[in-house]
Amino acid sequence: MRDDFIAELTELADVDERVVLLTGDLGYLVLDAFASRFPDRFFNVGVAEQNMIGIATGLAEAGYVPFAYSIATFATMRPYEFVRNGPVLHNLPVRIVGVGGGFDYGFNGITHFALEDYALMRAQPDLMVVAPADSAQARAAVLATRGLAGPIYFRIAKRGTPVPGLNGRFAIGGIQIIRDGTDIALIAIGSVAREAQRAAEMLAEEGISATVAVVSTLNPSPTEDLAELLGGVPLAISVETHYVNGGLGSLVAETIAEHGLGCRLIRAGVATVPRGLAGSQRFLEDRFGLSAHRLAATAQAALTAATA
Amino acid sequence: MTDIEAAPLADGIRRIVIAESKRANVGHIGSALSVADILAALYGGILNLPSDRSQQDRVVMSKGHAALALYAALELTDHVPSGTTGTYCADGTLLGVHPERDLDAVDFCTGSLGHGLPIAAGAALAARLQRSMRRAFVVLSDAELNEGSVWEAAMFAAHHGLANLVVILDLNGQQAMGYTRDVLDLDAPEQRWRSFGWDVHELDGHNTSAMQTTIRGLDFATGPPHIVIAHTTFGKGVSFMQSVIDWHYLPMTDEQYHQALSELQAAAA
Repeated sequence: MRDDFIAELTELADVDERVVLLTGDLGYLVLDAFASRFPDRFFNVGVAEQNMIGIATGLAEAGYVPFAYSIATFATMRPYEFVRNGPVLHNLPVRIVGVGGGFDYGFNGITHFALEDYALMRAQPDLMVVAPADSAQARAAVLATRGLAGPIYFRIAKRGTPVPGLNGRFAIGGIQIIRDGTDIALIAIGSVAREAQRAAEMLAEEGISATVAVVSTLNPSPTEDLAELLGGVPLAISVETHYVNGGLGSLVAETIAEHGLGCRLIRAGVATVPRGLAGSQRFLEDRFGLSAHRLAATAQAALTAATA
Repeated sequence: MTDIEAAPLADGIRRIVIAESKRANVGHIGSALSVADILAALYGGILNLPSDRSQQDRVVMSKGHAALALYAALELTDHVPSGTTGTYCADGTLLGVHPERDLDAVDFCTGSLGHGLPIAAGAALAARLQRSMRRAFVVLSDAELNEGSVWEAAMFAAHHGLANLVVILDLNGQQAMGYTRDVLDLDAPEQRWRSFGWDVHELDGHNTSAMQTTIRGLDFATGPPHIVIAHTTFGKGVSFMQSVIDWHYLPMTDEQYHQALSELQAAAA
């Protein structure tokens, strides 16, 4: 996904001279296409994320659209106050690009797991959060957000394997339904949507009919679409490679409560600090209940309990 | 404006600082008095602020807690309407203790230390990319040098040769809870900045004409970024505040207020 994102960004820079790319010394090989084509608009600021966001603020105030690139943990948490007091308070078109959400950097260990970026970034009301589910949606998101005057956080996965049924659809503040069902709704954000879709296929084999919805933006959050969806099912599972508090699961819970809906919610996500636990993305997602078969098992258990 | 007007401008800033701090019953007076001459030098003849925004120098008041001195400088040089400082710290005001972008003539919100130099480096880089003559000025406090982000930006600005970036360091030797030498010693700041690749100047931060002469002599086109280390006295101009830590936060009693005003008036006469 990150390669497609940068490819789309490079095309955007070709037609929009305001686009500048900053990196905190990450993106080896990934950023070469942009850097070689636009050397005057590419800056490796060094391993200094606070300064990177400060520079982006100064550039944006003067009319540029700076993209500030790093690994999701370093792009969000290290310079968080700079994001808040800079692009957010001044409402400037700074794009923070956090690559490798969730367990994408699984072998690198916990310092590289981005498990609270949705929560942190969505806490800032004027900071749009965009989390594409696959490469095609990432490209669509770059195009759909290109003219926006305010700041955006992009959570970009390393891999962008297509999510069946999504077909590159993207709408700011809306959800994409990629499978229709009546027994349960699986509501996913980011590349883990693919696991949700596969879980729905497994559930279908057991005679369980699942809706799968993809959320791709927070701020604006798709509360109307979610309320409509949640009003029609007895059970929903939110699916995110993120801590269970503050991200998509919290958004769904807020939507259920604020609309007075009767839908039960299970928040699939990471509930404990994953200390001392490195491994592949697949291993870690499975460990925390986010693989297709574990999501399907969670759904089945909940439905069995409900009818018992 | 000419250099001649900067000194009385500083006197005017100090009178507003004392009067409005008293009315609002808030502190940060010592810091505002410390930086008054620096702001008078900048707003009294250094800054290019034509109506075309794209040509305006950018100013980052990174020591945001002394914003009252900035508001006074803006009012006395007609960048905000007369009487604006009368709303300082009133309910619903645009003039809080720390400056906000929503007030015309303030370029950037500040108040959290360590943000100003990174932002100013971005502003200077933008001017270079746009082939603009505008410059970026940033006023740092000395205690602010405790923040690591200052040094991130210092390295970046030197590496990229941002000659259109000027730091004025308000070196008053004090911070919120003590003297800088006791809290985190900043001995030989000129060596620290020079070793980071900056063009370093040191002078009396209460001598407005010296500051203006030095800044006018800088090469804004090529070479390293510039720092003017301005040696100042915390609470300058009010005898009982000078170099006294308490005046970082404390408001004045009526008696202290009248003494401060009379001292400032005597000095300006």
